[in-house]
Amino acid sequence: MPRPEITDLYLIDELLTDEERAIKNTVAQFIDREYLPIIGRHFEQGTFPMEVIPRLAEMGVFGANLQGYGCAGLNNMSYGLILQELERGDSGLRSFASVQSSLSMFPIWAYGSEEQKERFLPGMAKGKLIGCFGLTEPDFGSNPGGMRTRAKKEGDHWVLNGTKTWITNGSIADVAVVWAKVEDGGPESIRGFLVEKGMPGFSAREIKGKFSLRASFTSELSLQDVRVPDRNVLPNVRGLKGPLSCLNNARAGIAFAATGAAIACFEAALEYASSRVQFDRPIAGYQLTQEKLADMLQEIVKAQLLGHRLMRLKDEGKATPAMVSMAKRNNVRVALEIARTARSIFGANGITVEYPAVRHMLNLESVYTYEGTHEVHTLVLGKAITGLDAFS
Amino acid sequence: MKILVTAKRVEDPESKIKVKPDGTGIVQEGLKYKINPFDEIAVEEGLRLVAKHGGEVVVVSIGGKEVHEQLRHALAMGAHKAVWVNHTGPLDQMGVAGLLQKVVEKEKPDLVILGKQSIDDDQNQVGQYLAEWLGWGQATFASKAESFDSENEKNKVPALVVGADNKTVRVVREVDGGLATVECQLPAVVTTDLRLNQPRYASLPGIMKAKSKPIEELIPAGLGVDVTPKLTVTKMSAPPARKAGIKVPDVATLVEKLKTEAKVI
Ligand SMILES: Cc1cc2nc3c(=O)[nH]c(=O)nc-3n(C[C@H](O)[C@H](O)[C@H](O)COP(=O)(O)OP(=O)(O)OC[C@H]3O[C@@H](n4cnc5c(N)ncnc54)[C@H](O)[C@@H]3O)c2cc1C
Repeated sequence: MPRPEITDLYLIDELLTDEERAIKNTVAQFIDREYLPIIGRHFEQGTFPMEVIPRLAEMGVFGANLQGYGCAGLNNMSYGLILQELERGDSGLRSFASVQSSLSMFPIWAYGSEEQKERFLPGMAKGKLIGCFGLTEPDFGSNPGGMRTRAKKEGDHWVLNGTKTWITNGSIADVAVVWAKVEDGGPESIRGFLVEKGMPGFSAREIKGKFSLRASFTSELSLQDVRVPDRNVLPNVRGLKGPLSCLNNARAGIAFAATGAAIACFEAALEYASSRVQFDRPIAGYQLTQEKLADMLQEIVKAQLLGHRLMRLKDEGKATPAMVSMAKRNNVRVALEIARTARSIFGANGITVEYPAVRHMLNLESVYTYEGTHEVHTLVLGKAITGLDAFS
Repeated sequence: MKILVTAKRVEDPESKIKVKPDGTGIVQEGLKYKINPFDEIAVEEGLRLVAKHGGEVVVVSIGGKEVHEQLRHALAMGAHKAVWVNHTGPLDQMGVAGLLQKVVEKEKPDLVILGKQSIDDDQNQVGQYLAEWLGWGQATFASKAESFDSENEKNKVPALVVGADNKTVRVVREVDGGLATVECQLPAVVTTDLRLNQPRYASLPGIMKAKSKPIEELIPAGLGVDVTPKLTVTKMSAPPARKAGIKVPDVATLVEKLKTEAKVI
């Protein structure tokens, strides 16, 4: 008999406070009731269910780990638990929340002026304003320091030119946090600009033909002589540190969240294996299937423990980039492998959106690449181990 | 106005219930627990009324320390304070109603809203006993009986309306074949049917705030209630297992079997 609780074999739930557990269960219930019934169709059609945004906002999901300005002010553990449940639904929904919270609200919260915080954060927490994060460019992905987007000062305005690509939520965003080099400076001159929808010269185009994160908007941003007023420049950060600190924040959440997709695949595969009969017995009774299930569960439990420790360290202010890299690197890779293994247990059924495995499997290919590719995190870890920089 | 609502701890309706082999109860190991769904509707209705009329919602639960989880759930939804009747061991409907009566006499609410039944033992008696013993009017099975998504629903008069003078409550009830609207003097007891409302999700800050809301502890002896059950469950048994279906090769066979075996056409 399948027992869903088996995914908590090491009783990690007991390490949570009552409130953290209640937060997790509340979001889980929302996902089960409101999101899982519709996600397959959205994935198939390549659409995002906009109607869930106000409902998640009402619960306090966006910017949940930020203090003040209408944000819930929860700890990082709670933020991770929320994202993990969203990811158990679909990585597209979790991506929306990561981008809104860690990549758009966080930089305004951490580096913005008081006026910018008041102007944007309450609306973003309510889901009324949607944000996006523009760092990646067509020719600069893993190496954002090489970016070509430039800002030139003209009176009390900045004039922005450049192209950003692979921008989650780009085409639905009301405000884009765009990172650009200033005048003729190098990476140390990078600043964050709050580019608003409707500013002349600013446009977003939806990227088509994706087989991954289909239930999420991914766009290309084009900036042609966009005039951004002084009051829309983030005053308190310069250099790559700005975008990288946002990413570090988001990555911790993603590392924690990826296990949600793995759990969804494991639970569905376990249920299927228990009821699917071949050669007169449920396939769960065969040793080869059991090895698959044992391997999947073992990696889920290890990933959960890693994620749990990471968030506690983050709450204590002790998390280092190397820790974040290890968790992102491990947890996303094992989630991807678990999704593939689960897919095999479903046989032919596994290739359809009727079952969650192939959807998560395809999504996780993006998660493997964005927020620092698997390889880049290997190099971060390698540098922490050896003291030698292998990036270039 | 002050509204008292109940929050019983019951097995999660989505978990698989198994009866113990000796029929003395159900296997509790590995089960998850939730607030009784009918009670959650009662909490929601209480919160909506208070949002309109002002006042407070007090939530009560009877059980061991574990019922704090359900009390906190109701507090996280927005209830203002909680009463915990600390009792472990068997309890029948009269015991529950007796304890609630004392809590009502202590709290003096204008309205008590309870689930019409709890989904674990499906008795549908507590609200009725309580109203009788308090000598209050009762309106059971408050309902809306409309699809929640319909346009009609959004513009509909709520099923529970408190009179302008705060002296009466009008309740739409679901009865066989239709709806009955009753009016009842306050204070009163109302029990909720499934289609009264859709309970909100607790907000995450609400969950944190619930931590600091008060939970008052009471014990049956302190309330002067003898809860020795007058009713005992002597045996439980699972419904007979359903026989597996069969596959038929074609439509003709299906029609034939529906005629001769199922005898439905
Ligand atoms: C669905 C999706 C959503 C995204 N959303 C956003 C967003 O919202 N905002 C944003 O700014 N970006 C976003 N991205 C972009 C993402 O961050 C980049 O794709 C990522 O940084 C990798 O860049 P790239 O695709 O240009 O790959 P490249 O950097 O070209 O890498 C290609 C391959 O080379 C490897 N590689 C590169 N450098 C090295 C090296 N030094 N040593 C060894 N191997 C190396 C990489 O690991 C990878 O395997 C998104 C991407 C996707 C797929």
